[in-house]
Amino acid sequence: MQPLAAPASARRDPAPSRAAYRLHRLWLTPLFRTLVRVGLPGFALAFGVGLWLSDPARNAALAERLAAMVQEIRQRPEFLVRGMEVVGASGPVQAALPAVLDITFPASSLALDLEALRARIEAIDVVRSAELRIRPGGILEVAVTERVPVLVWRSRAGLDLLDETGHRVAGILDREARADLPLVVGDGADRAVPEAIALLAAAGPLGERLRGLVRMGERRWDLVLDRDQRILLPETGAPAALERALALQSSEDLLGRDIAVVDLRLDRRPTLRLTTAALAELGRIREASLAGDSR
Amino acid sequence: MTDLYQSQRMMRKMRRVAIERGLVAVLDVGTSKIACLILRFDGPEGFREADGVGPMAGQSRFRVIGAATTRSRGVRFGEIHAMQETERAIRTAVQAAQNMARVRVDHVIACFGGAEPRSYGIAGEIEIADSVVSEQDVARVLSASDMPDLGQGREVLHAQPVNFALDHRTGLSDPRGQIGHRLACDMHLVSVEAAAIQNLLYCIQRCDLELAGLASSAYVSGLASLVEDEQELGAACIDLGGGATGISVFLKKHMIYADSVRLGGEHVSADVAKGLHVPAATAERIKTVFGGLIATGMDDREMIDLGGDSGDWEKDRRRVSRTELIGIMRPRVEEILEDVRARLDAADFASLPSQSIVLTGGASQMPGLDGLAARILGSQVRLGRPLRVQGLPQAVTGPGFASAVGLCLFAAHPQDEWWDFEVPAERYPARSLRRAVRWFRDNW
Repeated sequence: MQPLAAPASARRDPAPSRAAYRLHRLWLTPLFRTLVRVGLPGFALAFGVGLWLSDPARNAALAERLAAMVQEIRQRPEFLVRGMEVVGASGPVQAALPAVLDITFPASSLALDLEALRARIEAIDVVRSAELRIRPGGILEVAVTERVPVLVWRSRAGLDLLDETGHRVAGILDREARADLPLVVGDGADRAVPEAIALLAAAGPLGERLRGLVRMGERRWDLVLDRDQRILLPETGAPAALERALALQSSEDLLGRDIAVVDLRLDRRPTLRLTTAALAELGRIREASLAGDSR
Repeated sequence: MTDLYQSQRMMRKMRRVAIERGLVAVLDVGTSKIACLILRFDGPEGFREADGVGPMAGQSRFRVIGAATTRSRGVRFGEIHAMQETERAIRTAVQAAQNMARVRVDHVIACFGGAEPRSYGIAGEIEIADSVVSEQDVARVLSASDMPDLGQGREVLHAQPVNFALDHRTGLSDPRGQIGHRLACDMHLVSVEAAAIQNLLYCIQRCDLELAGLASSAYVSGLASLVEDEQELGAACIDLGGGATGISVFLKKHMIYADSVRLGGEHVSADVAKGLHVPAATAERIKTVFGGLIATGMDDREMIDLGGDSGDWEKDRRRVSRTELIGIMRPRVEEILEDVRARLDAADFASLPSQSIVLTGGASQMPGLDGLAARILGSQVRLGRPLRVQGLPQAVTGPGFASAVGLCLFAAHPQDEWWDFEVPAERYPARSLRRAVRWFRDNW
């Protein structure tokens, strides 16, 4: 019988060995394939980096080098801001801005948080809006739009200037400092500034007689004239009520008479209150007429 | 019997799993070559009806993504003869196909040519309980078929119901839902040597693969090379393989007979080697290049150098004429065809409505075979090539790959077999009841 085992010098067997066959099949398994081609290098990389970073001294040195590199890039002349230019600000604001922004020039533009700086500038009462940008050449340009005061508000805290939205602009010490602006008085007057402006515009015909507006109970306005005359305006529709009073004034010279209060709070029942002297006079006239009748 | 039923059901389940996963390999274990194709199943239909392709009997569902062939070793007469060698050859083919497909396959459907298939026609008949035929009734009539004595060490490879009859009507292909009283069924059963199946199973398991189906190569090459009307009207497919020649007869799209002749192309090569005193490899080459079956006057003048490296000048310079070569090959081919004729006669092939014969398989490429076969088998002979399936490389479209291609069709669209129907429900309770009664009688 021929030996069953093939001789060593036999022709090369084209068949893969059992192990090679199994390995080939394993290699064709998708999960295993991804594991070897992605997982293994990834793991080796992570492991190597982890090992290298596990030494604290090396870690610190790396951090230091990184910080130095960041610093170096920040200090490059391309990123330097050397000065500041303010546009559209009045003298006091311009003087206050460096203190508000608190930047020591030269600074790196990467370190400047323009959004935060803008918020800080806009926190100033007198500034309505601000635009910041870094101009080529390393100049920080601050464009400021200021609020325009339209009213003087006498509140418990003192005298303030208000803009057309009711926002405080600045405080003043003396009413005479801004005698050109109308006066409003009372708590909560700053929250009703648009209405006040409308009323003041409507009250134009009163001219010099107008003393100011008083906010009553934080809900409605009183128009105060000289000679202690008052026009009590309703909560809603105040300008229209005022127009009616002014119409009476122009036709009947209402306010020129001896009247203390014109009460327009109730739309359908305007009321007049006479001054004490006028009331006494009226009483006297009535008495006289009664006596005349009885005669 | 139930053991076989269970194992076949298991294979069917395996096949379903493989198709769900979308990958299955088919393996044709032949005497001269082992072919492995890897199929990918891409969902229900790759083509729309508007493309003009149509469902194509389920073929458009799959695509061949890997194909490999290797010289077979350790297989004789279509049966595994040396396990280690065959295992290695299977491994080579599977690895090469996997390499081409770049995927790993776990399920394989295999076919083999030999193992002495024997074909039986069996019949069963039952009374139907409620006049409508249900799936249960089909299972019952299949189980009621009288099982022939297969003999020692034989297993059922195919058991296909080919015909149903309901009362006086016959020729039904699917009786389910119809109304009648008596349901009868004809079943075609193919049995093979159990040892051949065992050996193949062992080789496939050694390659870390799961067997998802088994088929006779005569049957699957018939599936691949017979066209539809031939299958319908009756035709025989002769698969001239290397070591065995498979015969399958089809009628009404069912295989009704299968057999195999243990002779094939390798015997022709062996005759050439013996007759011309040349090594087997040279004989194979001479047969393939110069071979023929019908000699003409021209062939006397065509001289063939036999070559050789014996060192003897006289021997190495021998020349033979092509006529001599034909003279050696022809008697053997005639013998094969006579044998086939005898088998077909035994199967009463002559009584079929149409008697067309299709020759396929690697050995059918011999020039002049159709003329010779027409003289022996009858006039309606043609040479068949397997159907073309998607993605099949050009190199494996030849007639030698008919069974591999047929196996693809078998994998995609298997015919219902006996084990595709559930076991009739009443069989189990009856038996367990009987067992319980016996237990009572024995113990009380």
